[in-house]
Amino acid sequence: MAYKIISSQCTACSACEPECPNNAIREKDGTYIIKPEKCTECIGYFDDPQCVAVCPVENTCVIDNAYPRYQAAV
Amino acid sequence: MQTRSEIKGIPVQELKPPEALMQQIAEHKGCGTSGGSGKASCGSAAGQGDLSPEIWEKVKNHPCYSEEAHHHYARMHVAVAPACNIQCNYCNRKYDCANESRPGVVSEKLTPEQAAKKVLAVASTIPQMTVLGIAGPGDPLANPEKTFKTFELISKTAPDIKLCLSTNGLALPDHVETIKKFNVDHVTITINMVDPEIGQHIYPWIFWKHKRITGIEAARIITERQLLGLEMLTAAGILCKVNSVMIPGINDKHLVEVNRAVKSRGAFLHNIMPLISAPEHGTVFGLNGQRGPSAQELKALQDSCEGEMNMMRHCRQCRADAVGLLGEDRSAEFTTDKIMAMDVRYDSASRQAYQEKVEQERQDKAAAKQEELAQLAGEHSDIKVLVAVATKGSGRINEHFGHAKEFQIYELSTAGAKFVGHRRVDLYCQGGYGEEDALDTIIRAINDCTAVFVAKIGGCPRDTLKAAGIEPVDDYAHEFIEQSAIAYFKGYLDKVKSGEIMHQQRGDADIRQGAFVAA
Repeated sequence: MAYKIISSQCTACSACEPECPNNAIREKDGTYIIKPEKCTECIGYFDDPQCVAVCPVENTCVIDNAYPRYQAAV
Repeated sequence: MQTRSEIKGIPVQELKPPEALMQQIAEHKGCGTSGGSGKASCGSAAGQGDLSPEIWEKVKNHPCYSEEAHHHYARMHVAVAPACNIQCNYCNRKYDCANESRPGVVSEKLTPEQAAKKVLAVASTIPQMTVLGIAGPGDPLANPEKTFKTFELISKTAPDIKLCLSTNGLALPDHVETIKKFNVDHVTITINMVDPEIGQHIYPWIFWKHKRITGIEAARIITERQLLGLEMLTAAGILCKVNSVMIPGINDKHLVEVNRAVKSRGAFLHNIMPLISAPEHGTVFGLNGQRGPSAQELKALQDSCEGEMNMMRHCRQCRADAVGLLGEDRSAEFTTDKIMAMDVRYDSASRQAYQEKVEQERQDKAAAKQEELAQLAGEHSDIKVLVAVATKGSGRINEHFGHAKEFQIYELSTAGAKFVGHRRVDLYCQGGYGEEDALDTIIRAINDCTAVFVAKIGGCPRDTLKAAGIEPVDDYAHEFIEQSAIAYFKGYLDKVKSGEIMHQQRGDADIRQGAFVAA
C-alpha cells in the first residue's frame, strides 16, 4: 500500500515532501523516505501519485512491492 | 492550433495589459519600447548614462545588472531552494561532483538559518559583496517558504544587502506581491522561447496543479506564466532581467523574437547564454549530441538583439552556491562547517568605507577612459578588432597570462572599447604538466582576438601566441582596461594607415563547456 523512494537515485531535492497529501515523506540521512503506513498512493486526493509526478529522476518513486496495494475505504 | 481558452481545466489569465503602461514603465527604466528607439546604453552599460537616478541607484552596485559594477562588486548565492517544478533538457539535477560547475549544481544545501549566517560571514570577509541571490539549485519559487524565510532573516540582519532571485517563472505570478513585500528589487526569469512549438523541444514536462504535464501543453503554460510574471514585475516597479539559453537549431533564431517580446513587456536587460551540454553532465542535450554555440555565433546573436535593448555579456553561468566577484568562486572558503565555526561581526561602517573607496576608483577609471576617448575623436574607420584581457578585477589589466582563468573580451572601434564577453580557459600554470595542451586551449578560446593584454607573460607563450596571429601586449600592465584598449587601438589604426601592418579578420573561437569556477 505504498510508494518508496530509491535512495541511491534520490537527489534530496525535497520537491516531493510538501506535495504529499498524507505528510508521509520526510528527510532522513541525506535522502527522503516515505512512511509506508501513511502512504495512500494519493488515492482519494489526486489522480496521480504526487511524489512520482514531481520527482526529477525517473523511476525513483516506485511502488513498494513489500506492501499490498492501497485500497480506499468504501 | 489550440488557443489559450481551450487548455483543459487550466484557468489562463489574459496577458495584454495596456501597452501604454508598459511603454511608460519601460521609459522610466531607461529603455523605450517603441520599435527602433531601443537604446543600447541602458542596463549594463559602463556608467549611469541616461538611466534615471532611481534605476542607477538600483543597478550600480549589482554585478549581474551592471557590466561596469561586475569589475568591482561581488555577489553570493545561497542554495536554499533545491526543488523544481520544470524539467529542462539542459539540466540534470542528479549529477553532483566537486569539479562540476554549472547552474543547477551545488555542493551542499542550506537551511534559511544557515544561509543567513553564511551571508553575514561572507559580507564581513568580502566588503564589496553587495548582492544576495537565490537561484536554486532548483527554482526559488518552487520552494517559496525557504526562499522567503531566507530573505526575511537577511533583511533583518544585513539590511544594506540587495536581494534578488532567479526563477523559471512558472510560479512567479503567485509570488510577485511577496517579492515586492521583501523589497526584492531584482528578479531574473529564464525565458527560452515564446512559442510552445519550440518550447516542447526544450521542456519535457512541468509539475502544474498537482499534475505532470508534457509536450506542447506544458510549453504553452510555461510561456504564458513567464510573460504574465514579467508584466506583473514591470507593473510593480521591480527590475527584471531575462536569461535565455541559446540552443543552436532549436531556439537560436527564435531568440530575436523572445528579445522583442520581453522588451515590450518592460524587461530591463537580456542575457543570452550559450548552452552547456557536455555529455558527462548527463543532460538530455548532453546525451543526444546537441551542440552549444561558438563564440562568434553567440556574439552575432547578442549583437543582433542589441539594437532592441541592452544585452548582458558578462554572465559566468555560475553555480547556485557561488561566492565572490563574477569570474571567481570563493565558495570553498564558506562551507557550512567553516561558517558555523566563524565568529561573525557585521560591521556595516567598514563595509561602507570600503565601498566608498571602490566608488572613487570607478570615477577615476571613467575619467581616464573619457580622456583617452577624446584622442579618438575625429578618427573614423570601419575597422573593428577584438582583444582579450587578463584581469582579476577593479577594471585593470592586472593578471599574469599564465594565471588567467578567463579572459575578458573587448571590441575596439573608433566608437571606443566595448565589453562583449569573456572566455573561460583552463589554468595554464598548473605546475608543469600538460602546458602545451593548455596553451592550445587558450588560443582556441581567444582565436578571434587580435591581441591579448596581460600584466606579464613568459617568453614561450609569447612566441606561440605570435605564431597564432595574436599579439601579446604587456605595455599597459596594471592600467585601466578601457583606457589602455583605446590607446592600443589608436596605435593599431596608425600602423594600418602607415602600411606597417595589414588589418586581418580573425576566425571563430570556442566556448569552454561548464560554468566558471576558479580552481
